[in-house]
Amino acid sequence: MLRSASSNPASGALAVEARDLVKDFGDTRAVDGVSLAVPKGAIFGLLGPNGAGKTTTLRMLLGIIDPSSGTRSILGHQRPLEAASEIGYLPEERGLYPAMHARDAIAFMGALRGLPLGEGRRRADALLAGHDLGDWARKPIRTLSKGMAQTVQLLGTIVHKPRLIILDEPFAGLDAINQGRLEELIRREARSGVTIIFSTHVIAHAERLCEHIAIIARGRVAFDGQVDEARSRLRSIVRLRTRAEDGPWRSALPDSARRVGGEWVFELPQGGPEPLLKALIDGGAGIDTLAIERPGLHDAFVAIAGSAAAKDMGQEKPQ
Amino acid sequence: MKHLIRSAFVIGRRDFTATVLSKAFIFFLLGPLFPLLLGGLFGGIGAQVANRTEQPVIAVTFTAPDFARLSAARDRIAPALPDPGLVKFVHYAPAADSNAQVRALLKSKSPPIRAVLTGNLDQPRVTGAVGGDAGLLNQLRLTLADARSPQPPQQPPAIAVTEVAASSGSLAHDRVFTAQIGQMLLFFLTVLLSGMLMSQLIEEKSNKIVEVIAAAVPIDAMFLGKLFAMLASSVVGIVVWISAGALLIQTIKHGGVQTLPPPAVGWPAFLALAIIYFAMNYLLLGSVFLTIGAQASTAREVQTLSMPVTFGQVLLFGFASTAIGASDSNNAIIAAIFPLSSPMVMLARAAERPELWPHLVAILWQALWVAVILRIGAQLFRKTVLKSGPRTSLWRRLRRT
Repeated sequence: MLRSASSNPASGALAVEARDLVKDFGDTRAVDGVSLAVPKGAIFGLLGPNGAGKTTTLRMLLGIIDPSSGTRSILGHQRPLEAASEIGYLPEERGLYPAMHARDAIAFMGALRGLPLGEGRRRADALLAGHDLGDWARKPIRTLSKGMAQTVQLLGTIVHKPRLIILDEPFAGLDAINQGRLEELIRREARSGVTIIFSTHVIAHAERLCEHIAIIARGRVAFDGQVDEARSRLRSIVRLRTRAEDGPWRSALPDSARRVGGEWVFELPQGGPEPLLKALIDGGAGIDTLAIERPGLHDAFVAIAGSAAAKDMGQEKPQ
Repeated sequence: MKHLIRSAFVIGRRDFTATVLSKAFIFFLLGPLFPLLLGGLFGGIGAQVANRTEQPVIAVTFTAPDFARLSAARDRIAPALPDPGLVKFVHYAPAADSNAQVRALLKSKSPPIRAVLTGNLDQPRVTGAVGGDAGLLNQLRLTLADARSPQPPQQPPAIAVTEVAASSGSLAHDRVFTAQIGQMLLFFLTVLLSGMLMSQLIEEKSNKIVEVIAAAVPIDAMFLGKLFAMLASSVVGIVVWISAGALLIQTIKHGGVQTLPPPAVGWPAFLALAIIYFAMNYLLLGSVFLTIGAQASTAREVQTLSMPVTFGQVLLFGFASTAIGASDSNNAIIAAIFPLSSPMVMLARAAERPELWPHLVAILWQALWVAVILRIGAQLFRKTVLKSGPRTSLWRRLRRT
């Protein structure tokens, strides 16, 4: 099911709104009618396997490329560059001038977004010091490790204190420690009211961070809504171990229930756990263990985008 | 517009400081000074060598009295002949075997002998490499004629001379010279400097920062900023080179730069126009180069593109040079209208014609074309490199531009 942008709250409460975005590269349709609604202050995850159209969608939202058709509004502007000073963007393919000093690189990225150079340098020093890179402030980027350079670019993305931060695969290439730091930075920015959109093909990051997600597969939005909403599309899974092998209690189990290693595994019936429990007890099942598992985002993703897309997503594990 | 200019300034400031504050810029500044220095050094040596070798030496095997008359005749006509081409006679006593003597003399290296004059004043014979030098033979004929029937020395008539600073003929000649020099300097400086713009976007494209820039500022601003940054870097270089050149002229030319032929609009206006036309020429060609270079993804591709681009510049220079000496000819007007040759043509015109209003029109015309080419370049970059824009016809894109 595709939730259209028009079904969302008033546009004033949206940081980003896209309607029917289409992008063709020659004869290839990379994005096919994507509609998104990102509430202000949300952490919004754009999930999808490689080549699903996430980056192209973000590039269209940012105005780097124009859509072949469709409209987008970003912080209330139809032309994304008009809101450039309020946006921070970390592209998927990182890049900095190798000869530039770290603080100058951050200040330059701020200057591109309208921050005076002097102020940018002052903030760069503070940000670098806050990320244990104070000693590297006046060193050329080429002397920094890849992780450090990525941090510098991330700091350059937020140095001008944007209202909207767009991160394209921000966790790619980071080690576990830096992934944790980045997650913390995202949460911190969100707490201060900044809207954050990030794309990822690692579901665990989205699961940990996002309130809202959109799942993109083959250039289309397969789902757009809250993470809980995605999960609630699937019923909880019940794992039941009983002492009795058979009995009247069996009629309480749905037809789809299957035995997995001495356990009955089935979807929680429509009525919820209470009628199930009552039927099991009354039917003399002799409950050994009963676990009700809420489906994860991965399960929801499989159900929404299909197992092939999920397989693609599973190629990189979160750290 | 404010956003565009501010963004262009941010890009330009980065590029300018990255260029000027790099170690390579020192070599960039020194580069053209080496040929200047070496040119001066070898030029001086060459001039000395030329002075030594340009006076043709003729060996003469006349009898002593005949040689004396020949030498006297030479001295009489020498004031009317050009100094470097005036022959020098060296006397050798005639030997018994005249042919052997001639062969030996022609092989002589000290002094190097151009030809041998044998026989006598009435029946002279020249043997040597003089076939292509009619002037030398005429000089010998004249000298021999005077030696045979010496003219009594006469006092040459006095001519009253009233010197004027310039005549129409001399001014036209001088101004054509100034126009040529100005146009040539403009061409060489642009060839040397604007070619660098071809590779300007390689850095951004190879290190992917182009994505960050394209998300923050209009592509037009990136092009504009890069163009003006390189113009500013070039101006730094030109100031250094012109200062060095003026110092050299001041040193080697008596009277210094003031003795150079004055242009029609006067030196202050000419220099101001030269700066403006250099900027326009640089911006026009630079915007074309930036556009072409932006399509290249590697330094190798840029190198491959450099040669045809340089040839293109030479063609433009050739086209513009047809306007020298004929400022109002059809050729000159077409070359002045064609944007890429316009600055060179108009600079030559400033040397030859005193009116200033055509320059105002030309500068506005050229500025318009800088904007048009940059806009096309930015659109092309978005379309081909960033893969942006809906599929529209070229005509629609041009109209929109």
